[in-house]
Amino acid sequence: MSTEQVIQVLQERFPGIDFAPRPLVATRKVTTDQICVRIPPERLVEVMTFLRDDERTRFEQLCDLTCVDYLQFPGATDRYGVTYSLLSLTHNHRLWAKCFVNDPDPEVPTVTGVWPGANWMEREVYDMYGVRFTGHPDLRRILTWDGFKSYPLRKDYPRTGLGEREDYPTLTRESS
Amino acid sequence: MVKQAEKYVTAPHLASREDFLTTRLDSLVNYFQNWSRKNSLWPLPFATACCGIELMATAASRYDLARFGAEVMRFSPRQADLLICAGRVGIKMMPVLQRIYMQMCEPKWVISMGACACTGGVFDVYATVQGIDQFMPVDVYVPGCPPRPETLIQGVMAIQRIVEREGIRSSQERGKGYQLAIQETYGLNVSQTEKTGGQVH
Repeated sequence: MSTEQVIQVLQERFPGIDFAPRPLVATRKVTTDQICVRIPPERLVEVMTFLRDDERTRFEQLCDLTCVDYLQFPGATDRYGVTYSLLSLTHNHRLWAKCFVNDPDPEVPTVTGVWPGANWMEREVYDMYGVRFTGHPDLRRILTWDGFKSYPLRKDYPRTGLGEREDYPTLTRESS
Repeated sequence: MVKQAEKYVTAPHLASREDFLTTRLDSLVNYFQNWSRKNSLWPLPFATACCGIELMATAASRYDLARFGAEVMRFSPRQADLLICAGRVGIKMMPVLQRIYMQMCEPKWVISMGACACTGGVFDVYATVQGIDQFMPVDVYVPGCPPRPETLIQGVMAIQRIVEREGIRSSQERGKGYQLAIQETYGLNVSQTEKTGGQVH
């Protein structure tokens, strides 16, 4: 079953959602077989559970979970695109899904209940972009250090930081 | 005629202006202690990036750090007296490095190896320490990206000279460290080698 047929199955099962297939790489003039669909955040877990469990789709594996900040991106309407890369080992097909959320309170339901491996990847997205995953069992920062307040992969974050590296305390014999 | 020995810069028998050896026994003992200490530096390799590869090359047979008595890489800070910080250090890694430095027993010296450890290098970003000397004493900076093994050997030799001249001075006495910078050395000039018929000068 090809990815187009997967999208057809999705459209039949969820007629209320628009699963218009888009190429994953849109700005370059290259042909790609990587196809992306949009899923609204309020029905994300429902759709993902269906994609994993249905006989025809069987996406057992969540290859990657990441995020894109579309701030000042030409033609973009929403800011954060949480991106899911799915792979079916049974049928050998792939699907990309994006879930768009916005400031000031970007929130996406967690998919740790569908794929437990999403745990750390969602923590990384939370750490780098500040997208909160509702229902996540352990939503802490994963890469940056204790006391770090910013979200460094947001496009409006300066590369050299907001003074965090200068304010970091020196460890002494007394303080350690 | 017995002269009071000054603080020795060179060997005690050279400090005497006469033809015969005049020195004090404790200075002589001190000299031999420092001599043996400088020729048996035990480095702790804190290698976090590509400088670590050059550090390994320096310790391996071609460049052979064992010629300077510094080949015994100790992975426990309790057994080491020379910390070689090779590679970039993130803010999150910095407490680890500071703790390792504090766990080393006196006397202890620090080499900051490579552009990243010295200044942050090209990684002028929010998560990278812009020079480990902001957080801990540094005795010798070794420049390069990464430094050639010869340059690192220069750095080790600078530490040896410090040990020879100063002996044991506690790191607290030394404050921020000596902060010596090493001149960058380059490899053999191949064209010159060809001109001289393969003989290297």
